[in-house]
Amino acid sequence: MYNEKVMQEFAAPQNVGFIEDADGVGKVGNASCGDIMEISMKIDDSGIITDAKFRTFGCAAAIATSSVATRMVIGKHIDDALSIKNSDVVETLEGLPPQKIHCSVLAEEAIKEAIADYKAKK
Amino acid sequence: MDRIYLDHSATTPVSQEVLQAMMPCFTEVYGNGSSQHSHGRDAAKLIDIARKQVADAIGAKSSEIYFTGGGTESDNWVVRGVVEAYKTKGNHIITTAIEHPALNKTLDELIRSHGIEVTKLGVDKEGFISLEELKSAIRPTTILVTVMTANNEIGTYQDIAAIGKIAHDNKVLFHTDAVQAICSFGINVVEQNVDFLSLSAHKFYGPKGIGVLYRKNGIKLGKHITGGEQERSMRAGTHNTAGIVGLGKAIEIAVRDRDANNKHLSELRDYFVSEVESKIPNVYYNGTKGNNRMPSIANFSFEFIEGESILLRLDLAGISVSSGSACSSGSLEPSHCLLATGLPIELAHGSLRFSFGINNTKDQVDYVVESLITIIDSLRQLSPLFAMKDGGTFNV
Repeated sequence: MYNEKVMQEFAAPQNVGFIEDADGVGKVGNASCGDIMEISMKIDDSGIITDAKFRTFGCAAAIATSSVATRMVIGKHIDDALSIKNSDVVETLEGLPPQKIHCSVLAEEAIKEAIADYKAKK
Repeated sequence: MDRIYLDHSATTPVSQEVLQAMMPCFTEVYGNGSSQHSHGRDAAKLIDIARKQVADAIGAKSSEIYFTGGGTESDNWVVRGVVEAYKTKGNHIITTAIEHPALNKTLDELIRSHGIEVTKLGVDKEGFISLEELKSAIRPTTILVTVMTANNEIGTYQDIAAIGKIAHDNKVLFHTDAVQAICSFGINVVEQNVDFLSLSAHKFYGPKGIGVLYRKNGIKLGKHITGGEQERSMRAGTHNTAGIVGLGKAIEIAVRDRDANNKHLSELRDYFVSEVESKIPNVYYNGTKGNNRMPSIANFSFEFIEGESILLRLDLAGISVSSGSACSSGSLEPSHCLLATGLPIELAHGSLRFSFGINNTKDQVDYVVESLITIIDSLRQLSPLFAMKDGGTFNV
């Protein structure tokens, strides 16, 4: 039911892990729903996201969308990262099954949470 | 290495013996079993032989065997047919919380459309119902008790003989879905007090699209499909001769080879279970480890990770298994069966069913275990729950 692009991303996800000295961390979802996504970011003084890593408990779509989300934000200014929509994540993956769209929503929320965490700490 | 198939509870390959028996039905014995001429009579003879093979396999009479399109159809027929035939007696049906959707969904539908009342008996952590609960659930208006012989996810056998006796002592009919069980579990409908029983050929190395409903003679049941006179006018439609012949042959073989197959399968399963439990931390075996279980199923929950991810990583490694997780089915709720056994929802999300078949080997099990070790570890490295397992908290 997944396309090749999703399966490739799931089979070899990028930016796996946690940045210990992260400037912002976003955690969304919960275990009883079957999805937890955590994105940690390094953000420089000019607001550029210089690194991002993820850890995800969830299905193949959750893992693939997390991986894509980290790749999409690295190198972006936080203002641009905040404008990333779940549909952008879906587009990068060339589509998701309808019942998996919520994973892309989690990815968008995790990005926003991480940036909000960064702003709160500043 | 060829792909490894460990999803025999979903379906099995058609065995060579069965295929050979079926082949003439396509091009040689192609007559309509209801026709009076020789072409038709030749087909009818094969259908009669198959009916006898099924009857012999479950201790029934040929006149009690009805061919259907599969297990789901048989389950639908018996529930709808009993509701129809016994509507003056009552409207209450007793079942379990771990039935197949073929039954569950049909009952849910009948609650809406016919106002029937359903009691779903819970199960303990090994998947057994309580006979005492069953007894106290019976009402004057109860028309049917339906309990699966073996569960399709964890393989637990219910004590169907005792359940049937309780039903009969209270003048209630008893149906059992034996779709999963028939390969490994000896069925005798008389000794086990069974009034109706569902079977499906593709679960025992027969073809897909053909099944059986056993109905004890003398018991009322509403007609299922109207039309011609096939199946004593209860289930009309031209006989699927090849399917019926394949089913008959397959069930004959299943009974013939049952002891040898059970030995092979339980050896493989036990080896697999001990390898997994000794080599992978934080795994939980679901179901019972006692004697009352299918020898072909091992259901595990892998903590901190999600079932679909494991399933798809195994698929990439050339291994086919099944997941009880919500994600593969498209719903948000994980396996109703595992939740009914009291398994926490997080663990239910991380469950996989490995179901072995007669052609699986110990070498394959070794490869599967090796792949599992790598995959489980790799997915746990991805999981924030795993990272937090040693006392850390994960606040969301």
